[in-house]
Amino acid sequence: MEVLNEFLKTKGIYSLVMILFFLGVYGMVLSKNYMKKLMAMNVMQVAVIFFYLCFAQKDGAMIPIQNGITTDPNAYINPLPHGLMLTAIVVSLGTTGVAIALLMRIKEIYGSVEEVEVLRRASK
Amino acid sequence: MTQHAPIFIVLLPLTASLLCMLFSRIKKELGAWIVMASIVGAFLSACTVLQRVIATGGKTWHYWMGGWQPPIGIEFALDPLNSVLAVLVTFISMMVALYSKPFVKEEDWLHVGGYYTLFGLLTVGLCGMIVTGDVFNLYVYLEIMSLSGYGLISLGGKKSMLAAFRYLLIGTIGASLYLMGVGYLYALTGTLNMADLAQRVVPFVGTPLFAIAVACFIIGFGIKMALFPLHGWQPDAYTFAHPGAAAFIAGCMSKAPAYALIRFMYYIFKVDSPVMHSALNVLGILGIAGILIGSIMAMAQYDFRRMLAYSSVAQIGYIAIGMAMGNMYGFIGAVLHIINHAFMKCSLFLVIGGVEHRFGEVNLYRLGGLNKKMTISTITVTLAALSMIGLPPTAGFFSKWYLMMGAYTGQQYFYIAVLVVSSLLNAIYFFRIIEQMFVQREASLTEVHPHKGKLGLPFSMALPIFVMGIGILVLGFYSVDIVTDIIKLGLPEVFLR
Repeated sequence: MEVLNEFLKTKGIYSLVMILFFLGVYGMVLSKNYMKKLMAMNVMQVAVIFFYLCFAQKDGAMIPIQNGITTDPNAYINPLPHGLMLTAIVVSLGTTGVAIALLMRIKEIYGSVEEVEVLRRASK
Repeated sequence: MTQHAPIFIVLLPLTASLLCMLFSRIKKELGAWIVMASIVGAFLSACTVLQRVIATGGKTWHYWMGGWQPPIGIEFALDPLNSVLAVLVTFISMMVALYSKPFVKEEDWLHVGGYYTLFGLLTVGLCGMIVTGDVFNLYVYLEIMSLSGYGLISLGGKKSMLAAFRYLLIGTIGASLYLMGVGYLYALTGTLNMADLAQRVVPFVGTPLFAIAVACFIIGFGIKMALFPLHGWQPDAYTFAHPGAAAFIAGCMSKAPAYALIRFMYYIFKVDSPVMHSALNVLGILGIAGILIGSIMAMAQYDFRRMLAYSSVAQIGYIAIGMAMGNMYGFIGAVLHIINHAFMKCSLFLVIGGVEHRFGEVNLYRLGGLNKKMTISTITVTLAALSMIGLPPTAGFFSKWYLMMGAYTGQQYFYIAVLVVSSLLNAIYFFRIIEQMFVQREASLTEVHPHKGKLGLPFSMALPIFVMGIGILVLGFYSVDIVTDIIKLGLPEVFLR
């Protein structure tokens, strides 16, 4: 029990993030519907964002605003990972947008977004 | 002006491609010309940078955005290695931008503007990945490159949608893994600047987290550069890409991630630790498998573009084994092969794009007697094919020579065997094309875009084909100078100890 508690306390959140990441990859590999593949891709990207937010968090620290109380960097939360993840969110929005646009064209051309059906019509 | 040259490599094409749609609305041709002019500007800036870096004896030129010093600010760090690659990418971009004008001539303003916007953004992404000195900045440029690449691939017609969508799914896994690796490194060291990272990562080499980060980088960049088992997206993407941009996509899009991998392995992680030794072994095995299987698959293809795509898998294998040797000659061979292969693959795709434009034919068994109709193009194909096989004095010989030297000094003799076997395989499938074009009876081809005159193609297509063909010879003749004057100036510290 001790071991389990210790593991959950120190690494629990990271293992959950990793499970989420590989759940996304698994979904992308195994689902037969292109829309579902796209959703799994988003899950994977969100997992990476969670990963950054997890290692950025710190106990007992305050938000990074200069308030005249302290200039000790250890008293503040590092804002950089959050800033980076804003960029990553925008990138994932862009990727999803392009993917949905492509998917709409695929639906127009092949009349379906099921992988088996699309591949059957594409090989004709 | 000159002291701001590094930023212009990225800033000029970025501004021009964002304004391109607006100008295209005013006049169809205007946007295209503005993007082209901006790429010429980027090429000149890259030349300035290269000239100054060489003049200062290969010292790294740190350009700080807005005067913010690293590790707080973002910097562009230019050493001989990446400034020569920036010159290469902008040069090829310039040539292909000129070349693709006839392809979009008959389309409306939206298509022309959109095409050149994406083309400019692809150039921005590639150049940015090459010149940046910040690992997160590299991720942003990687995504700019990938997103505009998906767009350009999907412009190629009906079948290309599926190719682009699958590339998007696989490519996003690669980018996410790269971001994950950056996360691990940042959590370990607390910095994103490459030069800073190289120093701060030293105490952590050998920890499990470091190993995970290295694995993330190899898989992430491996997907983007189409390293052997991760190349599934690549044949379809290269085959169905927009015929005008295919040359740029095939020539450069896999080279920037290969460069980034070299940067990480040799300059940041240093190759002399146990973890890196196993990483290099993995790269070497994947490279060997890629060389053999890519060459064999290429022999089985009858679509010219698909054959070239599989041959790319093999050629990326050369770069991978050059990296995997972990000694100076292997490193030089890998860098030289990045440059040479960009030229060779680009010129081959330029020619097949031209044939597709004029005759609408890509089956390589139906190109008999092409030398009478398109003389310049067939000469370029011959030069590029000889270079692929590795015959002197073309460029390909010299990179293979350095790779063999690397295998010899590292006493990894099996690499030499693989190189010889793959040269033979290359000879089989490239001599097949030369035989078709020069010896076989003339095939009856219907002209889609008829062209009379000696060049065989519109001038703006014939010129890039000619220049790239000559470029292969020039690179071959001057390869000694490229190695001694440029690449050897920027060798990683590991080899200088």
